[in-house]
Amino acid sequence: MLDGTTAEIKPREALRINPAKTCQPIGAMYAALGIHGCMPHSHGSQGCCAYHRSHLTRHFKEPVVATSSSFTEGASVFGGLANMTQALSNIFTIYDPKIVAVHTTCLSEVIGDDIPMMIKKATEEGIIPAGKVVIHANTPSFVGSHVTGFASMVTAMVKYLSESSGKTEAQLKDEPQLNIIPGYIDPADMRELKRIIKEMGVKTVLFPDTSGVLDLPQDGRYRMFPSGGATIEQIKSAGDSVGTIALGHFASHPAAEKLDEKCNVPCALLELPYGLTNTDRFIHALRNHGGVDVPGTLGEERGRLLDAMGDMHQYFHGKRVAIAGDPDHVIALTQFLVELDMKPAYVITGSSGNHFEQRVTEILKDQAPEAIVKQNSDLFALHQWIKNQPVDLLIGNTYCKYIAHVEKIPFVRFGFPVLDRMGHRYFPGVGYMGALRLMEKINDALLDHKDRECPEETFELIQ
Amino acid sequence: MSEPTHTLTAPDLAAPDPAAVKAEMLKIYPAKTAKKRAKQIILNDPETPPEIGANSRTIPGIITQRGCTYAGCRGVVLGPIYDILQITHGPVGCGFYAWLSRRNLVRPPAGSTNYLQYCMNTDMQEDQIVFGGEKKLTQAIREAYAIFKPKAIAILATCPVGLIGDDIHTVAKLMKAELGINVMAFSCEGYKGVSQSAGHHIANNGVFKNIIGLDDKPDEAEFNMNILGEYNIGGDAWEIDTLLRKCGIHVTSTLSGDVSYDQVKKSHTVMLNGVMCHRSINYIAEMMEKKFGIPWIKVNFIGAEATAKTLRKIAKFFDSKKLTDRVEEVIAQEMIALRPVRAEIKARHQGKKAALFVGGSRAHHYQDLFRDIGMEIVSAGYEFAHRDDYEGRKVLPTIKVDADSRNIEELHVEADPARFKPTKTPEQMEALKAGGFSFKDYEGMMVEMKKSTLVIDDITHHEMEKLIEIYKPDIIGSGIKDKFVIEKMGVPCKQLHSYDYSGPYAAFAGAVNFYREVDRMLTTKVWKYITPPWEKAPLASVELVHASKLGGAKKNGEAKAWRKAAAGGEEA
Ligand code: SF4
Ligand code: SF4
Repeated sequence: MLDGTTAEIKPREALRINPAKTCQPIGAMYAALGIHGCMPHSHGSQGCCAYHRSHLTRHFKEPVVATSSSFTEGASVFGGLANMTQALSNIFTIYDPKIVAVHTTCLSEVIGDDIPMMIKKATEEGIIPAGKVVIHANTPSFVGSHVTGFASMVTAMVKYLSESSGKTEAQLKDEPQLNIIPGYIDPADMRELKRIIKEMGVKTVLFPDTSGVLDLPQDGRYRMFPSGGATIEQIKSAGDSVGTIALGHFASHPAAEKLDEKCNVPCALLELPYGLTNTDRFIHALRNHGGVDVPGTLGEERGRLLDAMGDMHQYFHGKRVAIAGDPDHVIALTQFLVELDMKPAYVITGSSGNHFEQRVTEILKDQAPEAIVKQNSDLFALHQWIKNQPVDLLIGNTYCKYIAHVEKIPFVRFGFPVLDRMGHRYFPGVGYMGALRLMEKINDALLDHKDRECPEETFELIQ
Repeated sequence: MSEPTHTLTAPDLAAPDPAAVKAEMLKIYPAKTAKKRAKQIILNDPETPPEIGANSRTIPGIITQRGCTYAGCRGVVLGPIYDILQITHGPVGCGFYAWLSRRNLVRPPAGSTNYLQYCMNTDMQEDQIVFGGEKKLTQAIREAYAIFKPKAIAILATCPVGLIGDDIHTVAKLMKAELGINVMAFSCEGYKGVSQSAGHHIANNGVFKNIIGLDDKPDEAEFNMNILGEYNIGGDAWEIDTLLRKCGIHVTSTLSGDVSYDQVKKSHTVMLNGVMCHRSINYIAEMMEKKFGIPWIKVNFIGAEATAKTLRKIAKFFDSKKLTDRVEEVIAQEMIALRPVRAEIKARHQGKKAALFVGGSRAHHYQDLFRDIGMEIVSAGYEFAHRDDYEGRKVLPTIKVDADSRNIEELHVEADPARFKPTKTPEQMEALKAGGFSFKDYEGMMVEMKKSTLVIDDITHHEMEKLIEIYKPDIIGSGIKDKFVIEKMGVPCKQLHSYDYSGPYAAFAGAVNFYREVDRMLTTKVWKYITPPWEKAPLASVELVHASKLGGAKKNGEAKAWRKAAAGGEEA
């Protein structure tokens, strides 16, 4: 397995091998599915759309519908206006969504299609029925990654939909509402955030929200537009909120900043609430800006997490860990591993962004100053480092399993995409309960490995 | 639909009127869309299959199953050759999604690298889009060679490459000279065709031009053939290979399933080509015949009856008593193991209904497997096939070449003066034909389907929903994008691209796997639990009783109450 990967590291500048990122539109499509009644539309050839739908489906094991402008060579040469117009007419006639969220692909970006002009034209020609909305985000994949695409689509929601109604400060303070921009996390995570928010008793708008869209119950019925998702009205009202809590520098902060710029809504820019202290900060922010107290139930959850950390930390202490994934996820997870006394050794993301390296290095400066921290990296590089100096644990998406298998390293699946296990579809990783779950997975991986590999005399009944 | 659709299986329902179903499917479409789709939804006539509007453009805004030309080239014929190092030239996405997402299983010999486990691309950035990407591509190839030392490198283009005008063929030529290995370029930009199919054609052309014929030394074998259009999903090629070996037939090259570059190089040294997936590889079969004189026949190893028929056909071609006897022996042996399973499963599912919408051959081949166990095909269609795959090759001369097809080069092939060695003399071929043997004989899906069955090309999401609502099939064969839509309606869906990560389904042993798989899907309890007991029988529930009143009857009473609860309020 991966027989071509050697410990010897040769110079490599142009060739990407085994990427730790993918392209913008898949993130935009995922974000768009977090609007209630939304049809994501991919403006380009249909191949991209097919790939994105397939991959999201493999991760969620749920229907993922989206349409495409289905360019052929003609459109690629003459521009995609005719295709877009026909697409919108078909979409509204056949599927009747409340809103269409257009994202571009490399193809339409290279030819320079002007999407706002197309939307304007379709509106004027009556192709977009009254009361229906079309929004768009530019998502060229020769810039950024799937995380950028996600961020751009969330920002587009703000640009197109959020409004300040002109209510006075006093009116707004009457029933203060907070915006939560959750980041590129799974529906189960969004569901958990909403549970925490409800426990806290804060009035919020969470967008995008894919819970109730991509984690549907089996009831014998298919609904193209299920009950979940942030409604257009909710996203609109985000402009009237007293503040925004945005989770994740890469996926969520741009939208929060846009909202501040557009509607003068101040924002708290936090990291994803993975682990103890990141969850603490999230709850603290909710408490202070929502004007509520932290209920005892959440305090108890925190206490149980801390108790488990105390009970089990001997198994975590000092373990060398390799982490690959999306920047917001990896930053937050690194923080949690530090809380568990672990030693992150290689911390990579496929996406670009200096903030990633700065932030991770800062988190690791006392505990693991020698760690290799890299943006714009890939799994091939990670594997080579591991071959040179092994680790005790690997954490990353499903693609990492080949490295784990061949190097016989305990492996925990985390992030996007997870194509071969089921837990992420139902159980959150965020919040205190999510942290417990992550911790359990790490602990199981380490101890299962020990049980499998250790000599008989150290095979223990009790751990 | 409050009830799961599958429970309404239908001997009791009048068979739907296909013309009315078609009208119902088209009703919601805008006029232009309806007009186009009407040509792709056809009421079958097996005697004279009507013309179907296949291989035409996908309508913008319609939710389609189709992918792109790049996917076709990366996915079949070229893609699965495991020891060619393949570099996708383009932004990161296209190559990323194609990475290990098709199940082309391989067992490379020790010492050889399986590049299918690697995703290599040029991760094109804005700079290259503006100033051109040839330099980065060249550099990437040099780096790949320095790191991996492969025997051959293939470059695959994605959409932006064609638009910015990178000349990947010149890069390939220069690199070939510099590195001294085979470097090939494939201009398979996604927009080049209306579906994956264009990519298949491009891959056929490139593999034929650049690889087939590079090694003239044949494998030593009395009966020697290639299996073309077989991709070893779930191990199908291994099943076929094992079966043929039992019969005494050697497979030089399976294009492309668990196959190495070296095997493909000598694939022109065989006596016969057997074509599994006609759509994806008929081009190479044709070109090998023209250039090297290798006849091709259609084979089908999906389904027990189909497999037996195919073995007999191959034996007849080789015209050897020994082989014919051996084939009969093997069929008899295999059928002994297969029959009881088939009979048992058939008894359970006879008359149930399947619908198949997938690929360019499977929607046809898998009909045989369902028929083996007595099931009926209520509707079928391909995702990216052409008219000949529906109506048979006899319509080839009448197919209009449209602008999209003209995009794809038709290689001009002539007999190779030194290497054109027909396996059979013209007289022998004629004699075989006179005896009822047919070459290049793909008759398509429609002749094997019942009259008035709906044949739907490139089925849309909306049509699929309608089809399920009206026909209420017991099972559907489709792909990943539809699977969970279908299953949300309570109808089990078998992925026929990935086999739902199981298989093999080819040959006799594979057929048994498939029967069992269908049996599992049709008998699983999951779908029966959809309606909760309080909706089935709102008033029935576990009674509350005082323990003291139960007395001697306590044990019995308790058991009864639990049984009742478990049965959803009805007495078990
Ligand atoms: S062309 Fe661009 S948008 Fe489409 S799949 Fe490839 S990288 Fe992604
Ligand atoms: S359509 Fe083009 S850009 Fe999209 S996946 Fe195919 S090759 Fe890539």
